[in-house]
Amino acid sequence: MPKRDHAGPPSELDVSRRGFLKGAGAALSSGIVAGAEALEAANRAAAKIIGPGKTPVTLKINGVNKALNIEPRVTLLDALRDELELTGAKRVCDRSSCGACTVIVSGKSVYACSMLAIEAQGKNIETVEGLSVAGKLHPLQQAFVDNDAQQCGYCTPGFVMACKAFLDKNPNPTIEQVRKGLGGNLCRCGTYVGVAEAVLQTAGKKGGRANA
Amino acid sequence: MPKYEWPEKSKRAVLGRRISKSDSPDKVSGRAKYASDVKRPGQLYAKFLRCPHAHAKVVSIDVSAAERMPGVKAVKICEKKGPGSEILWALDEVVGVVAVDERTAEDALQKIVVKYEKLPHLVNEQDLAGAGDRAKPAAEQVTGDPDKAFQEAEVVIEGDYGIPVITHCCLESHGQVVEWEGDNLTVYPSTQNVSGLVGQFAQPLKIPASNVKIRMDHVGGGFGSKFSPDSWGVESAHLSKQAGGKPVKTFLERDAELFVAGVRPSHFARIKLGAKKDGTVTAWEHHSWSTGGPTGGGMAPLPYVLSVPNSRKKHTAVATNTGPQRAWRAPNHPQACWLTFAALDDMAAKLNMDSLDFYLKNIQLAGERADLYRRELLKAAELIEWKKKWHPRGDPAPGHLKRGLGLGFHTWGGRGHASEARLTINPDGSVSVDIGTQDLGVGTRTVIAMVAAETLGLPVSAIKVNIGRAPDYPVSGGSGGSTTVGGVSAATRRAGQNALEELFAKVAPALSAQPSELEAVGGKVQMRDNPAKNLPWRQATARLGVTPLVVSGKNAAAASAADGKLTDQGVGGVQMADVTVDIETGIVKMNKFVAVQDCGLIINEKTAESQVLGSMIMGVCYSLFEERVMDEVTGRPLNANMEFYKLAGIGDIGDFVVHMWKDDPEQDARGVIGLGEPPVIAPGAAIGNAVANAIGVRVPQAPFTPARVLAALEKKGGLSS
Repeated sequence: MPKRDHAGPPSELDVSRRGFLKGAGAALSSGIVAGAEALEAANRAAAKIIGPGKTPVTLKINGVNKALNIEPRVTLLDALRDELELTGAKRVCDRSSCGACTVIVSGKSVYACSMLAIEAQGKNIETVEGLSVAGKLHPLQQAFVDNDAQQCGYCTPGFVMACKAFLDKNPNPTIEQVRKGLGGNLCRCGTYVGVAEAVLQTAGKKGGRANA
Repeated sequence: MPKYEWPEKSKRAVLGRRISKSDSPDKVSGRAKYASDVKRPGQLYAKFLRCPHAHAKVVSIDVSAAERMPGVKAVKICEKKGPGSEILWALDEVVGVVAVDERTAEDALQKIVVKYEKLPHLVNEQDLAGAGDRAKPAAEQVTGDPDKAFQEAEVVIEGDYGIPVITHCCLESHGQVVEWEGDNLTVYPSTQNVSGLVGQFAQPLKIPASNVKIRMDHVGGGFGSKFSPDSWGVESAHLSKQAGGKPVKTFLERDAELFVAGVRPSHFARIKLGAKKDGTVTAWEHHSWSTGGPTGGGMAPLPYVLSVPNSRKKHTAVATNTGPQRAWRAPNHPQACWLTFAALDDMAAKLNMDSLDFYLKNIQLAGERADLYRRELLKAAELIEWKKKWHPRGDPAPGHLKRGLGLGFHTWGGRGHASEARLTINPDGSVSVDIGTQDLGVGTRTVIAMVAAETLGLPVSAIKVNIGRAPDYPVSGGSGGSTTVGGVSAATRRAGQNALEELFAKVAPALSAQPSELEAVGGKVQMRDNPAKNLPWRQATARLGVTPLVVSGKNAAAASAADGKLTDQGVGGVQMADVTVDIETGIVKMNKFVAVQDCGLIINEKTAESQVLGSMIMGVCYSLFEERVMDEVTGRPLNANMEFYKLAGIGDIGDFVVHMWKDDPEQDARGVIGLGEPPVIAPGAAIGNAVANAIGVRVPQAPFTPARVLAALEKKGGLSS
């Protein structure tokens, strides 16, 4: 499998895997090691413990501040979907494997299922809902449409955001870079050919599946 | 009654074009609302406590602590899961909890105490000898005289082949929102079967079907696993009732989605083949076995596509304590295709024949479509440069990277299902089509609009398509077996032709013509022989007065002579793969993958092509990555997540070439034939045979993972080629 391009942003608590906080650590030796480091970090930061009850949280989403009252254990993904009804990002694997929940935080693509909402405070959060302006699709979204890069569409919003972050960093990618850089998003219907063409079309290259 | 048929190819304005799907803008912008995105006022959330054991008896259940928790609104022991009941697979649901939010419901599950008595389990079936009384052999089937044919055969080979259980892994897990209003139930499901769910929810809930409403705009994948309300859907309706009828949302966690919401049965077989020295296959014998869970698994159609004149077939179903099977895109065909073509390819290698020549030699065994397969094989061979790249088994090139070619071909039915379309022409000229169908992402909405537009001589954008509501819209079949596009397009075509007949009767006097002399073309109603005599569409429809014209068209599931050729069944299709195998790491890499696919008349070439591409990628997934892994000791799944239940990523697929068989008048004249299943069948065979061609030895079991490739190489005698 290709290397994943997603990076979790540095967190105030140095605990980016809520799975650990929930006591549901992954059954992986590397996961256990990460968990031990996280435990130490959490102990160090003990003075900052908040919750477990609801706490006020402010999130800057698509340029607008949103005030919420949520438990600290609520993920960024669940906050977006359940509290703000921004349901573009989807919950699929719920543990950083599939990319269906991808949003952009501080300019980097992030799995929203694996970041707590409280960690995202003070950061610039971009979701798929903010990509089209006044109802007009972003060129990348239009390229997805043109190249039939969606079937059931459930991976699509996450894929669009991953492609957006990828293109911001690699405005003129080769197909090899596309294949390597977008390995962090999975599709079940098999739309990868269209996705790759959509990214290339957006970069001004071609778009081999567009209308003939 | 009009003569129902498709327009001649030269006269088609819309059919066959490449048109982007009408709902894609909603999907790329996050506006598309799936059932899992639905949030109803006062919505509650359900979670289920699942049995940790593969086979167990429930001894006692104590839910009292969960019931007392703040925020918990209902707790219910699932139907037939009370004390004394038997659980047949791990992760089966035992108790349901409804609470104000998901986290509270999860917390409440921790408070429930269930005592089990563990019972002996069987979760792995590959070793048939170890299956004991779980193995249920079926009667042997014999055709011709296999004993004599094997005696007379000049070359005989025998081999073991297999493909494990895989799961559907829908990205939107199974689930729904249910909501009561008195005794009326509204369901927002994630389903492939909008119309069919009405009765399926009514019956177990003991309410009249007329009290059930189904609402769905989009579904996040089904692949054969989403036709029923599911036990958890019905439980959720009970729980909702218990919680005062409030809306209850239930969507499976990923582990349950992977292991209780449907799997594709495995298939293992020992296959013996006999042939003449010239390559003619004369004899087939197999003993196969499979599981799809507690009921075992049926025999795949072996041998596949090619009917060997003398055969003996034995099959054994193995009942396991694993989540039950559901239809998985082209049920049993991918397994049959891989097993058959692996054995045939081994025979070709034994005969030192180019496998393409070997299949061409035996193509008459494919029966009525033999010549189509022959032409498709030659086309695919041209596209992948077979004759230039092919080498005998075992790439002679030095180094650790070995390249190889492989092929397989397939067949499927695909006749349109029973479906009714209700077409409305309003006096202002606007047009809508209502069908109780669903769009799984294949472009069903767009196909309906294209057929209506073609029929009425209007642009596609002029047609409003309404689907996903029952019983509001006319009944249409579930989306399974590649039956939807044929069903809805034939129904829409009929409705359109019926509507024109009535419209022409109203318009004819204004043009001083007979209704039979009129046609609807290019936004006008005009005289066929004198197009100058016409009325623009809106002026024509204004003749309806104040009453919209509402007309139905029905497609029947079974063919009849009176039907014309709107839909048909039976396709071929050939796939060829070019792979590189690293014999040091065992990693298989896709270089190029070619598909040649017929499907009768193509309505939307772009979306048809997408079906083939998607199927091929799904085929790469199950050929190289996908496998359910069960722990023999605990009976639990070991890869109930998406790190270890692996799918291909964008970097794993290589270059794809799809050739739609669209320029063959004979195939076009057959009408619309479904395309969802056929291209997903042959990838295992094509990729598996390419691996064998590359490394010089058969990797007998899919998926062709590094471990299996290295094991096969070791058996062969190490890395030297």
